[in-house]
Amino acid sequence: MRNIRRPIRFRTKDNMANRGTAQRPNGQTQGKICQFKLVLLGESAVGKSSLVLRFVKGQFHEYQESTIGAAFLTQTVCLDDTTVKFEIWDTAGQERYHSLAPMYYRGAQAAIVVYDITNQDTFVRATTWVKELQRQASPNIVIALAGNKADLANKRVVECDEAQAYADENGLLFMETSAKTAMNVNDIFLAIAKKLPKNEQAGNGGSSGQGRRLAEAEGQKATAGNCCK
Amino acid sequence: MDEEYDAVVLGTGLKECILSGMLSVSGKKVLHVDRNKYYGGESASITPLEDLFSKFKAPPPDENYGRGRDWNVDLIPKFLMANGLLVKLLIHTGVTRYLEFKSVEGSYVYKSGKISKVPIDQHEALSSDLMGLFEKRRFRNFLVWVQNMQEDDPKTWDGFDPYNNNMSALYNKFSLDKNTQDFTGHALALYRDDEYIGQSAINTIRRIKLYSDSLARYGKSPYLYPMYGLGELPQGFARLSAIYGGTYMLDKRIDEIVMKDGKVVGVRSGEEVAACKQVFCDPTYVPDKVKKVGQVIRCICLLDHPIPGTGDALSTQIIIPQKQVNRNSDIYVSLVSHTHQVAAKGWFIAMVSTTVETGNPETEIKPGLDLLGPIRQKFVSVSDYLEPTDDGLNSQVFISTSYDATTHFETTCLDVLDIFKRATGEEFDFKKVKHELGDEDQ
Repeated sequence: MRNIRRPIRFRTKDNMANRGTAQRPNGQTQGKICQFKLVLLGESAVGKSSLVLRFVKGQFHEYQESTIGAAFLTQTVCLDDTTVKFEIWDTAGQERYHSLAPMYYRGAQAAIVVYDITNQDTFVRATTWVKELQRQASPNIVIALAGNKADLANKRVVECDEAQAYADENGLLFMETSAKTAMNVNDIFLAIAKKLPKNEQAGNGGSSGQGRRLAEAEGQKATAGNCCK
Repeated sequence: MDEEYDAVVLGTGLKECILSGMLSVSGKKVLHVDRNKYYGGESASITPLEDLFSKFKAPPPDENYGRGRDWNVDLIPKFLMANGLLVKLLIHTGVTRYLEFKSVEGSYVYKSGKISKVPIDQHEALSSDLMGLFEKRRFRNFLVWVQNMQEDDPKTWDGFDPYNNNMSALYNKFSLDKNTQDFTGHALALYRDDEYIGQSAINTIRRIKLYSDSLARYGKSPYLYPMYGLGELPQGFARLSAIYGGTYMLDKRIDEIVMKDGKVVGVRSGEEVAACKQVFCDPTYVPDKVKKVGQVIRCICLLDHPIPGTGDALSTQIIIPQKQVNRNSDIYVSLVSHTHQVAAKGWFIAMVSTTVETGNPETEIKPGLDLLGPIRQKFVSVSDYLEPTDDGLNSQVFISTSYDATTHFETTCLDVLDIFKRATGEEFDFKKVKHELGDEDQ
């Protein structure tokens, strides 16, 4: 029943997603675990999915299908005494005709807004995504701006200084990245992890911390309480 | 848009989003379009509050209502049965991962001018004022029989054939009085009228089992409600569809469903045509292929207090059985609040709804409104209940029915499953989706 048109999907189970890469980048440490919802935004074809694929699986595909679908992927980053677990949401292509649902931003504690350094329009579009986040998302959201495809510096049209100045003005983290060479990919997630608040209320994985998720296993009694406690 | 699709889905109401998800999951190439610039159609939750006021042409809300963005007001009130079809769909498709729920705190039923809590356990049943002492014992025997009877095992039937006897006969077997019948049929089996009494008892038994199985899952009541409102449900299924390759376009006008030899061949918007083999849509996209079979009145009430007599519950449902107020169909009251992130702090949203029976629907819902205490703002809508006149088998245009007055999503899901079957020739296999989802290698 395989259908060729079906998009590639990742395993979404944590242990699967982390296979082989679980120790990156700082090795496992003991301590508390905080979970955060991180959303990706940016114009089609700027490399949003490739950044995640590089971060989560350490892979890069030159001809990535335009829509990598996944409910969300998870990857952990280890800081000194805290394990930060990212629940990473991809747009599933719904940004293409400006049809991202409000649900996408809901409860997001971090966002990476991606543009392509070889395409001015994608930078302009990135600034409108930042505005959208400031309008729709939670006021404490940590936003990082990623100038992707840094390996194509010879075709650069968006200057690094220009993007840095914009990021400074708006209080965003900023790095130029390359999903292809892995440049700054782990670093940008690490920088976000450092900036996120690690108190009790904060790290609850995009949940509002008040409702419950329904049990996945059918026929079993659902367990009460939060999904991540 | 000028591409070829297996299916074009028009409207992003819950039914259309579930269908879109199911089709994408089964490998179909889907284009999903809505004329509005928001998800949800009739089953949207309106936000910010200013948009709700302007939708009903009311002057903008004052500062007492808090931040407009904290409000997500449903246009159609419903709860999920914790063990019902929609929960099964959410779990099997994985859409549950995007959502969080809360149990509805209590369910009440109206009897002789006042409301009583629907008992959820032996203890509450014993102290309940719904029945007298002897009636309680008879009702308990009835419930035990329902719980123990297995559909496929006549030995458990205790001499009562539930297929060939009607519900009236079952009530007689246990000598239940009219009040208990009212309570059983309307507050447990959730029938809107009394037609079921003359029908095969098995249907009512199944409904009571669904109620008690749902109750067993989370305890407080059999109902669940999603954080941020019901509008999250269509968004969740739309994301499922997108993940499986579905294309989404909002704010897109639909000008024509293009037919050739009585069969659909595409959908036109302006100069663009999306070619397709099938169209799925809500009734508002095909006014010439639907008929009006009734009306539903819904009244959204903004309150700054819980409903009196409900123990300050932050969410509740009240059922007013038809006979109690000399009607042919029940009146429903639902309440959700700031605890579900659908209203600003300190605010509650009550909804009173019923099937319209007279030329003056607003007076029909008065018994419900009277239960609410002071109402700060009221928005009334009367919507046509539309049914398709075309089953789609020839035209390949599959039309959903409007959302009915029931308080939960069982009929919604049955319509979706029926449409899926008509369109694909097969029953939707819940297990297959689960299997496919667990199989996420590249």
